[in-house]
Amino acid sequence: MYSSGKKVGLGIMPGKLMIFLTLLLAVVAVASLMLGQLTIPAATILKIFASRLFPIEQTWAPTLESVLFDVRLPRLYAGILVGAGLSISGASFQGLFRNPLVSPHILGVSAGAGLGAALAILFFGNIIAIQFFSFVFSLIAVSMTYGLSRVYRSTPVLMLVLSGIIVGALFSASTSLLKYIADPVNNMPSIVFWLLGSLNNASNKDMVIVGPIILVGITVLLLIRWRINLLAMGEEDARALGVDTGRIRLTIIVCATMISAAAVSIAGIIGWIGLVIPHIGRLLVGPDNKHLLPVAVLVGASYLVAVDTLARTAIESEIPIGILTAMVGAPIFAYLLRKTRSGW
Amino acid sequence: MIPLVDVQDLAFSYTNDPAHSVFRDVSFSIRRGDIFCILGPNGTGKTTLLKCVCNVFQGWRGTIRLDGREISSMKTSDVSKGIGYVPQNQVPSFPFQVRDIVVMGRAPHLNVFSSPAKKDRRIACAAMETVGILSLEERPCTMLSGGEWQLTLIARALAQEPRVMVLDEPTSHLDLGNQVRILRVVKGLAEGGMGIVMATHFPDHAFIAATEVAIMNKRSFAQKGPPEEVITDFNMRDAYGVDVKVIQVGEGINRKACFPSL
Repeated sequence: MYSSGKKVGLGIMPGKLMIFLTLLLAVVAVASLMLGQLTIPAATILKIFASRLFPIEQTWAPTLESVLFDVRLPRLYAGILVGAGLSISGASFQGLFRNPLVSPHILGVSAGAGLGAALAILFFGNIIAIQFFSFVFSLIAVSMTYGLSRVYRSTPVLMLVLSGIIVGALFSASTSLLKYIADPVNNMPSIVFWLLGSLNNASNKDMVIVGPIILVGITVLLLIRWRINLLAMGEEDARALGVDTGRIRLTIIVCATMISAAAVSIAGIIGWIGLVIPHIGRLLVGPDNKHLLPVAVLVGASYLVAVDTLARTAIESEIPIGILTAMVGAPIFAYLLRKTRSGW
Repeated sequence: MIPLVDVQDLAFSYTNDPAHSVFRDVSFSIRRGDIFCILGPNGTGKTTLLKCVCNVFQGWRGTIRLDGREISSMKTSDVSKGIGYVPQNQVPSFPFQVRDIVVMGRAPHLNVFSSPAKKDRRIACAAMETVGILSLEERPCTMLSGGEWQLTLIARALAQEPRVMVLDEPTSHLDLGNQVRILRVVKGLAEGGMGIVMATHFPDHAFIAATEVAIMNKRSFAQKGPPEEVITDFNMRDAYGVDVKVIQVGEGINRKACFPSL
């Protein structure tokens, strides 16, 4: 008989795993609030939060409150949303493209964002312009990819990938051109650092705009997650099973693109997460997107928050997070891959 | 009685030019318990025809009726509730378990935002039981043999709870034992009242199972009728371009069989 508590992947029940991963995220989140140049004890963090609700005598330095609410909390919030968003986008795209080697950037999101950011750094130089331009340009890039893929009449999914490569190449080349002509003392390093990714710029104000975009995208993908399984069987199979493949494909692309564009606009280009977290999820719960997508959300969030905490505490100055996600993630992935039992 | 599936003057072309149609003037109808076999050389459009009937391809001309309703005016999911499709398909890149794949057959019965409930999993189980793969339910599909994969796809189509099942060369690439096992399952479904449309490369399979046979050749049905009338020395030569002897076999088999000569 088919039981709902089925064991797959490493043989852990999805329900229990979800509880464990939620607790893990909570632990990582508290640690990221505590750690930094100033260590804030957990008890103090609790007191500071409580003081917002109850009249508690202030026994801590006022700077702690500002560090917590203006720096670490928005950064934690950004880490959770960007990590969760990139992971679920990657998992959804891997299902849509029927290929486990796909990342959320396949349709040109990051190439577009890179060009937008480089333009904004050259012409405006302020953070709001950079965020706005990278967001808009990543949407432009993906729209171009989608439009180009519609020109060809044959297999839509393959054409999407090829169009993504074409558009991505165009935008990356343009970014390289801008780097080449940029002032090598100020502008060029800014572009390079931005491309490496950082949660350093995440502020409460950004999160008010970016947060809802990512949350809506994640929610929609979670709602349609079982249908993504059907797409993984192939376009024609899905149609024979009564799926409006065109509409569901567009829904996935729109959601994943909005999430990635929003994530890239506040955090720069953080690679690797969207590719590898879905694999880790698959090792844990198997390929069924019904379980995989929620697991990817939790693992991705914990992972990025943990790596970001490492990025800003490991050495005196901050390490670009795009470097660390790969440096930490690659060995973890290599280790986990040994445990895989049945292919992807 | 209204046929389960009624196809009239069907034509399909990939381009807008009707002169380059893959096939045209194709008509047939299926009633409960029928097994309609489509024979024909490679590349004559058997698969294309089946995909039109299952609403996978659109843009065909003519009429396809399911229980008297034109499928062009029906929702895709309503067509899928009536017609199950067993494609010639490769194993997906992801190691879905057999039961995960079979339960996908429930898709036309579920709305966009839901995943299979207990009832759907029960129906999927029953489908696996019917085709005899319940013991494989937890096996990743990447670790199945060709025959097991074919049975998985049949179980998935069964989980759609269709009145008609369309199978595209279900016995190709299988060993003798698996071929017979698949035919036995298909025959069992027809005895249970399902209408079957099946493309095949084996004229003998038509003799074993079919109630009606058509030969698809030169862009249409060249012949259509009872197996004994359609599968003849002349028609086989005409379709496949090789000499074939159709002989009545005794020895407890008591049916006709095809013997090609080199």
